[in-house]
Amino acid sequence: MKIGVLALQGAFIEHEKKLIECGAEAFEIRQRRDIERSFDGLILPGGESTVIGKLLHELDLMQPVRERILDGMPVMGTCAGLILLAEHIAEDDTVHIGTMGITARRNAYGRQLGSFHTTAQFKGIGEIPMTFIRAPYIEDVSTAEILAEVDGKTVAARENNQLALAFHPELDDSAAVHEYFLKM
Amino acid sequence: MEQNRYKLNKELAQMLKGGVIMDVTTPEQAKIAEAAGACAVMALERIPADIRAAGGVSRMSDPKMIKGIQDAVSIPVMAKCRIGHFAEAQILQAIEIDYIDESEVLSPADDKFHINKRKFNVPFVCGAKDLGEALRRINEGASMIRTKGEPGTGDIVQAVRHMRMMNSEIRKIQSMSEDELFNEAKVLQVPYELVQYVHENGRIPVVNFAAGGVATPADAVLMMQLGAEGVFVGSGIFKSGNPEKRAAAIVKAVTNFNDSKMLAELSEDLGEAMVGINEDEISLLMAERGK
Repeated sequence: MKIGVLALQGAFIEHEKKLIECGAEAFEIRQRRDIERSFDGLILPGGESTVIGKLLHELDLMQPVRERILDGMPVMGTCAGLILLAEHIAEDDTVHIGTMGITARRNAYGRQLGSFHTTAQFKGIGEIPMTFIRAPYIEDVSTAEILAEVDGKTVAARENNQLALAFHPELDDSAAVHEYFLKM
Repeated sequence: MEQNRYKLNKELAQMLKGGVIMDVTTPEQAKIAEAAGACAVMALERIPADIRAAGGVSRMSDPKMIKGIQDAVSIPVMAKCRIGHFAEAQILQAIEIDYIDESEVLSPADDKFHINKRKFNVPFVCGAKDLGEALRRINEGASMIRTKGEPGTGDIVQAVRHMRMMNSEIRKIQSMSEDELFNEAKVLQVPYELVQYVHENGRIPVVNFAAGGVATPADAVLMMQLGAEGVFVGSGIFKSGNPEKRAAAIVKAVTNFNDSKMLAELSEDLGEAMVGINEDEISLLMAERGK
């Protein structure tokens, strides 16, 4: 299994390490020619969604990424990646990739002092560690399925081939979420 | 500071990797930086080049000015306090800054001790010009390191020297036998565990950015190819002819730092770079502050 990791900015190397740990192959997508290769799944990592969204446009990657997702390629967005996937962002008119019918709230837990670590149930996996760094949450899941909640807020959801997580599975010891993604 | 908080603070730095952190002095500049693709901004009253020109004692910025920048952008906001000035750091923590830079750009408040950063919940980034300085700052609680470079000069030579020095010392420790690590810890004045980490992992245990003297996309790429995980650009942007264009070009260059064809295109028509001063033309070496 070969997974492309969007490597424009942020914590992409951490995802690559997890994928290799799970026995998958990982490569970095930094420009147009990278995404023209053949691969089986896409990861949109954590970082700053404003930066990654802007670079997706400027490096001519927005359209091919969107097409891949609409064609049914499995995609996992973590933190900033969740915001990129969301069709709506609360109190913000920006739409980045916008292929998943959810509403994301940016910086939903405040500034860095609001960042936290916890454990919670993830549907289909069980209890897993979750790290939230200046994280968003999903304010409205619409037709997507809720996979995890923390304090009554949706922090993981799936809509067919799209998986959106408010936390960072690439930062904790468990590889369970990456294994889940590889089976999608 | 609890262990969990320190881990979260190191992890915020991980999210900034591959990005460009820009110095800004007003909410308007902060918005320009965010629109150009900055992954964070450093809020300060005067950029290093102006601090250098003005002389005198340079202090933490007015919290009101920092709050204005926090309100203007959605990306993380950093701010500087003086070396050893834990009261300034307490103020920055009280206004919930995302990262404190205990910085040699400002006048040091303590000529012997840095801030005990373990006592704080907000993260700290500190400058270093060699591995010993980096590990000492980490031991004090810094969750991110940057080269010192020579701020406000537009001259990259010092940042290069500091990054190469750190890399060479890391390689030296990697090749040591385990028996030699104990003495190395003594030489560097840091705990054995930190030296052991470098020996086993071939890197420092926190994210390492380049800073001090970056003025062009090529400067940023130079630092990335030397192993920096991201770049701070201080005076280089808003002291140049076309800040928007230059900022956006540096962001793109950092993302594709191995594509020289793209770098060539990005380097075209950027207008005037900051004038800059060569290191042998300056009398104040900020990098010598705080060891």
